[in-house]
Amino acid sequence: MIDLLIPAIISCIVAFFVVFFMTPPLIKILEKRNFAVKDMNKKEDVMVVRPGGPVILAGIIASELVLYAFFQMNEILAILITTSAACVIGYVDDRKVMGGWFKPLALAIAAIPIITLGAYDTDLAFPLFGTVQIPVLYLALIIFMIPITGNTINSIDVLNGVASGFMVIASFSLSICLFIVQNYEIAIVSLPLGFASLAFYKYHKVPSKIFPGDSGALTLGAMYGAIAIVGGVEIIAAVALLPAVINSFLFLSSVKRVVEHRQIKGKPVEHTEDFRLKATDDKKAPITLVRLILAGGPMSEKQVGFAIFKLTIFSGILAVITAFMMGVSL
Amino acid sequence: MKSGLFTFLFAMWGLIIVGGGIVVTILGPISISGFGELNWFIASVIKAIIAIVLVVIWILILSKIKNWIFKKEIKL
Repeated sequence: MIDLLIPAIISCIVAFFVVFFMTPPLIKILEKRNFAVKDMNKKEDVMVVRPGGPVILAGIIASELVLYAFFQMNEILAILITTSAACVIGYVDDRKVMGGWFKPLALAIAAIPIITLGAYDTDLAFPLFGTVQIPVLYLALIIFMIPITGNTINSIDVLNGVASGFMVIASFSLSICLFIVQNYEIAIVSLPLGFASLAFYKYHKVPSKIFPGDSGALTLGAMYGAIAIVGGVEIIAAVALLPAVINSFLFLSSVKRVVEHRQIKGKPVEHTEDFRLKATDDKKAPITLVRLILAGGPMSEKQVGFAIFKLTIFSGILAVITAFMMGVSL
Repeated sequence: MKSGLFTFLFAMWGLIIVGGGIVVTILGPISISGFGELNWFIASVIKAIIAIVLVVIWILILSKIKNWIFKKEIKL
């Protein structure tokens, strides 16, 4: 256990400080190139640069390479390749508007290295009831999991700081769960995701200086999904991700098709005179997590973000309970 | 309203636990014999079909729970 401590500490420091120190220069470069979009939730015409995905990926690659130097595990390579591919897919979508099916299909292809490197176990573990062996079905699960986690995080990236803050809570919850189920090596491999997200949150929180963009959101989501698969904690990971899953579920069940947010005509949220957020009564608008949170009355962007974080902490606690339940058999 | 969201989260979690139980008790023991080397493949196809049906049922139940918990909010 003590031999795992040094690589864990070094990789966490590398993940945090690479993102922390590389983000300000990236912001300057993006400002010079005028890669900025209007922050729709600010009263004044505030322009925010994007995408922050490359810097998040840099932090993850640097920290995971440190871990690979210590462990030489195929699981680390699988996570690195899948996460990098997801970042490239997101970057393509950041630079050029792609159709609604582009990201799910491309992310499904990004999951293939996990299969080819054999970085998975076909046993699907459930709390209380044990495991079930599904060799062929599990391959389909891998192909579906990366697009689902990637797009789920992307869909919750709607307000300043939410995607990165959400990922800090969800990924640390997942790391704790991996320690509980005694999968120590993958637990350590998962820690850089939380630390990279935490460093990025410093610049992404209200008022944002940079947006992660699709490249950032897909990087975070795909890495989370890849960790869930190689760590054999798919169900626990799904529980920790529930607030974002609810958001996607509400959106899809009201829109009833796979569609990009920009293609939706109705507005689920509008602004009050003092520029707080409030839910609209637009029947064509999709139902989203933010819209449900605002159904109780107008709130500031920061308050909505914290409401989402409270839900994420709650689902993180449920994930930890689920991890303990893995050790109990009925 | 916020308590409604927490309730919905908790309901989703409960459905995952129950769904897991059904998967392990129904899908786990399925095995086919009499088809030689195709046994594992046919068993996997049957498992896949049952899994898809279970997911569809899970989504339908979730939709009902959503409508019940957010009765007021979804008529915004």
